[in-house]
Amino acid sequence: MTTPILPNGLVVFVKRDCATCVMVVPVVQRLASGSTPFTVFTQDDPLFPDGVKAIHDADLGLSWHHNIETVPTLIRVENGREVARTVGWVRSEWRSITGISDLGSDLVEFRPGCGSLSVDPDLADELRVRHSGSTLHARRLEIAEREDDFEALFARGWTDGLPVVPPTEARVMHMLAGTSRAPQEIVTIVPPDLVELTVEKIAINAVMAGCLPEYLPWVIAALEAVCTDEFNMHGVLATTMPVGPVIICNGPGTRAIGMNSGVNVLGQGNRANLTIGRAVQLTIRNVGGGRPGEIDRAAHGMPGKLSFCFAEDEASSPWTSLATARGIDPNKNAVTVFAGEGPRCVVDQLARQPEQLATSLAACLLSVQHPKLPFAFDALLVIGPEHGRVFADAKWDRNRLTEYLESQLQLAGVDIVRGAHGMAEGVREHFRDATLPKFRPGGILLAHAGGGAGLFSAIIGGWANGPKGSDPVTKVVTT
Amino acid sequence: MTTTILDPTNERRLVTRQLVSRPKSLVGLTVGLLDISKARGDIFLDRLEKRLTDIGARVKRFKKPTFTKPAPVDLRHEIATTCNVVIEALAD
Repeated sequence: MTTPILPNGLVVFVKRDCATCVMVVPVVQRLASGSTPFTVFTQDDPLFPDGVKAIHDADLGLSWHHNIETVPTLIRVENGREVARTVGWVRSEWRSITGISDLGSDLVEFRPGCGSLSVDPDLADELRVRHSGSTLHARRLEIAEREDDFEALFARGWTDGLPVVPPTEARVMHMLAGTSRAPQEIVTIVPPDLVELTVEKIAINAVMAGCLPEYLPWVIAALEAVCTDEFNMHGVLATTMPVGPVIICNGPGTRAIGMNSGVNVLGQGNRANLTIGRAVQLTIRNVGGGRPGEIDRAAHGMPGKLSFCFAEDEASSPWTSLATARGIDPNKNAVTVFAGEGPRCVVDQLARQPEQLATSLAACLLSVQHPKLPFAFDALLVIGPEHGRVFADAKWDRNRLTEYLESQLQLAGVDIVRGAHGMAEGVREHFRDATLPKFRPGGILLAHAGGGAGLFSAIIGGWANGPKGSDPVTKVVTT
Repeated sequence: MTTTILDPTNERRLVTRQLVSRPKSLVGLTVGLLDISKARGDIFLDRLEKRLTDIGARVKRFKKPTFTKPAPVDLRHEIATTCNVVIEALAD
């Protein structure tokens, strides 16, 4: 888009809603009656300044194109090119630019200007769209005047059952400010339709989910993680089991964007937690084409398929973070995705020794998916701070707890073969004399999060694991 | 005032393809049986194979590496080029 040219001579940008502009009205009037060509652009009131014929920059196009950040701004233009500029009222500079040595003698020497309307935060995104020429590729759709914006988005099948924010170009441009990546950069291939997923399409869905721009890098990283062969988003979506991507966020950035790792960590109420997870799911729905009843064949599903995302409480954790345990520099931001079901609570209010508590946790972990099914499912164990303290006081590190849990979860074949204990479900008869671990090596993921009161932890059961199902994946968040 | 929004979908235009007409008889045709690797799917397909061969069809068996992922492209290509008919079985 070409930049409109300013008229030769002196040009000043003003607005009535600026005390400095009002102060310099006598100066403007004097310049208007002088011999040098002089043009006044007013941003708000077309009749301002009094007694001077001004041009109303109604759409703020000239202000935007000429980077007017402050009013008044005085510019000298020669042969269509700007040769000098001053902002606010600096008497010496106004005199220098105009060549009038006694200009504004009865005014103070200096008074700062006011913010230009063209940089008003409420208008800046709209102006960028209006005047910069769009760089976005998505198809534009007009919602009719008498159509309700929110109902229109429901009607087109683009929501998860809750209202979404209408993704206007201004909102999407604002969202894209959250990343340095180009809108047309292809982030990954998103299932089930296996289409190229651009930063722009992620940003559109992040707007709809209610994200702030600073959340966008986390959404992108989570999508990079779930769209890997290891995580197998296609299978997680298509399965009849009630699972979805559980997103665990680590690193100093979780605090910077205000994520919740404390009270009600797996629940409602925190914008970053809820909308990051929601944006991931909306992207899979809208770009990937993964919708319930179509490729999504879950028998029951679970509420976390709307969004399941939280930050680990690293500050008071007895251990290194989950991401660090998975090889990520603790100073970096990272997401780990886990194919998980809804959380369940482990209550143990009496254990004060780590062995007692770990034994309780193991007993509850045994029932993940079915007490008689070993090895096939991982689990994410979210240790609450009051439980974490028991391990911290005893100086149990992450490995020690994991090893203890694994030692408690060795299952005798006789107890888990089909038919044992009156239950048809179980392993084949030829495992009767074997001992089988409930979890594969590395199949228990530990995270630390939750409110400071309550001797509880949470278990999030996994889906089919390994190359035949899903492996957890960790990705660094890049801005 | 109207609101202009950006399309959040992949904007694909789907290609519709004509289904191949059903054969009147399977005698002499090659029928592919695709096992998706679900537990006990093989039992169902064994029965199908027997019934198909009993009526004079040739049967070729195929298997996906895992039921949780789409069939690999090479496998789909092999089925498409070596069979007249395919039966994909899901057992749960």
